[in-house]
Amino acid sequence: MKLALSIALRFLSSSKAQTLLIVLGIAIGVSVQVFIGSLIQGLQKDLVNTTIGNSSQITLTSSTSDRRIEGWQEIIDSIKGLELPTSLSALSASADVPVLLSSGDRTVSVLLRGLQFPEANSIYNVDSRITEGVKPASTGEILIGKELKEDLGLKDGDQITVTTPDRSVKTLRIVGVFDLKIANINRSWFITNLETSQTIGGLGDSITAIEMQVEEVFRADENTEVIAQSLKNRPVSLTDWKSQNAELLTGLNGQSVSSLMIQVFVIIAVSLGIASVLAITVVQKSRQIGILKAMGLKDSTSSMVFLFQGLILGVIGAVVGIAFGFLLILMFSTFAVGPDGEPVVGISVNYGFIMLSAFIAIGASTLAAMVPARRSSKLSPVEVIRNG
Amino acid sequence: MANIIELKDIRKVYGTVVKTEVLHGINLSFEEGSFNSIIGQSGSGKSTLMNIMGTLDLPTSGEITIDGKRTDKMTGNELARVRNETIGFIFQFHYLLPEFTAFENVVLPYRISGRTPSAEITSRAEELMEFVQIKAVRDNLATNMSGGQQQRTAIARALINNPRVILADEPTGNLDSDTSEKVFRLMRDLNSRYGTTFVIITHDRRIAEETDRIIEVRDGNIVNDIKK
Repeated sequence: MKLALSIALRFLSSSKAQTLLIVLGIAIGVSVQVFIGSLIQGLQKDLVNTTIGNSSQITLTSSTSDRRIEGWQEIIDSIKGLELPTSLSALSASADVPVLLSSGDRTVSVLLRGLQFPEANSIYNVDSRITEGVKPASTGEILIGKELKEDLGLKDGDQITVTTPDRSVKTLRIVGVFDLKIANINRSWFITNLETSQTIGGLGDSITAIEMQVEEVFRADENTEVIAQSLKNRPVSLTDWKSQNAELLTGLNGQSVSSLMIQVFVIIAVSLGIASVLAITVVQKSRQIGILKAMGLKDSTSSMVFLFQGLILGVIGAVVGIAFGFLLILMFSTFAVGPDGEPVVGISVNYGFIMLSAFIAIGASTLAAMVPARRSSKLSPVEVIRNG
Repeated sequence: MANIIELKDIRKVYGTVVKTEVLHGINLSFEEGSFNSIIGQSGSGKSTLMNIMGTLDLPTSGEITIDGKRTDKMTGNELARVRNETIGFIFQFHYLLPEFTAFENVVLPYRISGRTPSAEITSRAEELMEFVQIKAVRDNLATNMSGGQQQRTAIARALINNPRVILADEPTGNLDSDTSEKVFRLMRDLNSRYGTTFVIITHDRRIAEETDRIIEVRDGNIVNDIKK
């Protein structure tokens, strides 16, 4: 083993230009892998984040006719106590009441969203989305969406009257403006605390939904199943983002598959390159292999020489390739920026993926070295000696 | 003295479609510690004979016994072991590994046996290199030596594992007459100093005549076997 390794190292270092060429080939393959993989992953993360980052990923609603969830504290506590496939990053109650807002001759339907603070911040980030004014502190205070405020010409401190589903008329006071970056939501939501919407909607202590976000968004459906199973005796139902965003999922899947295809072909190209260069090396070194065998080198050790060469080339190529990959990522993040100075795609650096690419490259190089290793093992010393 | 190499009815046929028999039933043995030469024209079969004796090539039929062991029935790994431990080769073209220094080339057969060179082996290598007068080029790559130095390095390498037999195929064929003489003397000295059996293949009668036994091969047969 040690001898094979030292011969491999000596062979590689004695033909530096050739070694450099193979290392470069592997490195470029790995860097493309790392870069494309990180780019696609970043793109997917961005997409997922924009689509579901600021919304409930698993929503628990009531299946009763009045849509109310009673004893919700208990349900939250029981969910917290569950052993879930992926842990929850947010868990908060909300009481939503549809109201009609009349302003001048216009009447708009708005959803009064009573959120549980501070828990709801993990989902909606309300605190950082307030562009004017303050967060509702006492009952009857609300935040209004930026677009709705502009549409109706309202301002901070205005009193508004709304009609609730039971046709009673209530007065609310605007204490601030929020901007969730989605115009539709900005036009159709009022944000307030739980108490306000419970009072306005006459819900008492009940709520209308429990909203959750998870750490690994693509496993949300697994959580849904576990939670639904544990709550099967209660009149509640669960939905998750995956079942409601089938098209997005198909798109993401397509992207993953195409990125995988690119990566597979890069690996194949790199492996073929290594195999062919190493095959030439066997021919170049056949004299040396022959004489080593004449001195008693075993066939297996002579193949190890080439396997080690593949392994060493793979390791060096992977390391250099990762460095190149980071350089590409850095260049992309520095130069491919939008008008706001932010990169057009936030690249996601996933160390697990990078390590995997490195190991695949090392594995492929070693595997590619099998062909020359076999040739070396079959080489007969007498051929070399007879032919000089 | 016991025989170190015994060949019994060795035949060698090359080719599968057009068969050419190059050795026609050779019977030959070498005594341990002897200093022998095999002479013959090129194409006479002497190199094939040596390759078979050195287990580099297999006979088509016949028996080979080296140091009391039948080698014609051995597996590849067993043969590799015999070559490593019992036989030392010296070829016409020195066949040093150009990637390694003179010293590294000398200890290679020891490392091939799977052991890491000990202080004892290092000093043995140094001693051999001293003896063949290549200490000055100890750390030169094989490509940075003269032809004579390379051949002497190859001799030191052939001796490192203390083999019972040295098979030398035209060891001086590629050297000028002065260097040839020196290399030949060296082999003679080694024979008397370590008792290593030498079988030297040559087409040079002058060299052969200085050995203790001359075997002449012609067209795949032994035609002369003269012991002094």
